[in-house]
Amino acid sequence: MALRTPPLHAVHETRGASFTDFGGWEMPVEFDSINEEHEAVRTAAGIFDVSHMGEITVTGPDATELMNRLTTNDVAALEPGEAQYAAITDEEGIIIDDTVVYRLPDSLPEGTPGAGADYLFIPNAGHDAQMHERWTAHREQWDLDADVTNQTDEYGIVAVQGPDAEDLVAAAAGEAARDLGRFSAEAMTIAEVPAWVARTGYTGEDGYEIVVPMDEMEPVWAAFDCQPCGLGARDTLRLEYGLLLSGQDFNPEENPRTPLEAGIGFAVDLDTDFVGRDALAAQQESGVEQVFTGFVLEERGVPRHGYSITDEDGAEIGAVTSGTMSPTLREPIGLGYVDEGRAEDGETVFISIRDEGKRAVVRTPPFIGENQ
Amino acid sequence: MSFDIPENLYYTESHEWVDPETGKIGITDYAQDELGDIVFVEFPGVGDHLETDDELGVVESIKAVSDIYAPVSGEVTAVNEALEGEPELLNDDPYGEGWLVELDLDSTDEVESLLTPEEYESQL
Repeated sequence: MALRTPPLHAVHETRGASFTDFGGWEMPVEFDSINEEHEAVRTAAGIFDVSHMGEITVTGPDATELMNRLTTNDVAALEPGEAQYAAITDEEGIIIDDTVVYRLPDSLPEGTPGAGADYLFIPNAGHDAQMHERWTAHREQWDLDADVTNQTDEYGIVAVQGPDAEDLVAAAAGEAARDLGRFSAEAMTIAEVPAWVARTGYTGEDGYEIVVPMDEMEPVWAAFDCQPCGLGARDTLRLEYGLLLSGQDFNPEENPRTPLEAGIGFAVDLDTDFVGRDALAAQQESGVEQVFTGFVLEERGVPRHGYSITDEDGAEIGAVTSGTMSPTLREPIGLGYVDEGRAEDGETVFISIRDEGKRAVVRTPPFIGENQ
Repeated sequence: MSFDIPENLYYTESHEWVDPETGKIGITDYAQDELGDIVFVEFPGVGDHLETDDELGVVESIKAVSDIYAPVSGEVTAVNEALEGEPELLNDDPYGEGWLVELDLDSTDEVESLLTPEEYESQL
C-alpha cells in the first residue's frame, strides 16, 4: 500500500528531513538531530507536523451519547472548548486506541476545522478508518442519531511545544492564545488560515496543537520560527514523561492491555456506560497482574521495545515496551509492564539486553519534572 | 548529500572501514549519519580473536541498534574506551577519535578483498 504523505512533505524535504513510515504515513523522523530537537523543546520551542494523526467529527442529537458509549471518560462533563483524554476499549476492556476528544462550540467560524460538528476526536495514525467504522457500526447498532465523518484527509495538525510556545503562538494567533488553559481550545486565525488551537501536546511541555485545513498548512507552518522536530524527538520527549505510544506501549493484537494496566485509570469513568466498562469494573475489583511503569538502567546499555524484564534469578517478570537514552538525563530509561508485586519505586529489576541481565531500578514516570 | 570517504582506508558493504596501516576499524561517515545520535557502543574483549564477519560490537543510536562486523580477521589489541563516555565522538569524527577497535590483522592480504574508496562511494 502506498504511504500517505502529509502536504508539508516537500517543505520538510527541502529542510533536510529524513522520513519514516508511521501508521501508513511517510512522516519526518528527524530534521537535524534528535538530541538537538529534543533539547529545543525542553529549553525553547519546537514545531512538529503531526498530520498523520486522525480527525473524526461527530454531530447530531445523540452525539454525546455515542461518544460516551465508545470512550472511557465522561464526555458529558465537557464544556464547549474543552478537551479530554480517553481510551477506546473493546468489550474485554482492552485498549484499541487512545484519543483526545474536543467538545466544539456552536459558534466556530466557517472553514475552521470542526465547524458545524459537536465533537472532534483524534485517533492515532492509521486508526482513523477503523475508528470511523467502529463509530458508525455502533451508531447503527444502538440506533443513535449522529453523523460521523472521517476528516483525516481534510485536516492537518501542527504542534508547537516548549517553554516559548506561548509567546510564539500569541505572536502568530493573537494574545488570546495566552489565556487558553491546559486542555482548552478556541478558534483562532494564523497567517489568515482558520485554525482550531488547543493547549495540548505530547511532549510533557507547555504547548499547543493546532488543527488546520490540510491544504492550508504551509503558511501556518511558516508562521512559527522555531526548531522543526521529527517523530524521533517526539518519541524521546513523550517517553521522558511516561506518555503511552499506541502500537508500542499497548497494541490490541500483540500486547493487549486495559487502561488500568496501562496506567491511564484516570481516563476511565466507571460511572458512565461504555463498551468495556463491566470488564474494567471487574478488573478494578480483582486488581491487575502487571502494571505499566518506568525504570532507569543502572548499567551500560539501551533498553528497547521487546526486551524482557527479569528478577535477579533471570525469571521473566515483565517486558520493555519503550526505551531510549534520555537526551535530558543522559541516562538509559524505559517503560514497560512489570508484575504487580515488583513494580514499586526503588525495586531492583534486570533488563535482558543481548542475553545479559542489566540492573535497573523501577521508577514511576515522569522521569523529569515533578518526580525528578 | 556527500560523505567523507578517506583515500587511505578500505570499506565494507556494511559500512565499516579498516586502516591497513594501523589495524583500526570504525564505521563510515555515511553510517554515522544514517544512525543519527549515537548513544552507546559495545566492544569485544581485548585479546579476543575475530574471524572475518564475526560480530565485533554494537553501536546504538537513539533510534536504532546496529551490529558491527569484523571486516577482516585478527586479534583485538585495543578498544576505544573514550566512546563509553562520549559515544557522540562517533558522530563527530568517525575516522579519527571515533574509531572503534584496533586489530592485529592476521594477514594484510585480506584487506585487498574489501572495497576501495571508489567502490564504496559507488554503492552509496
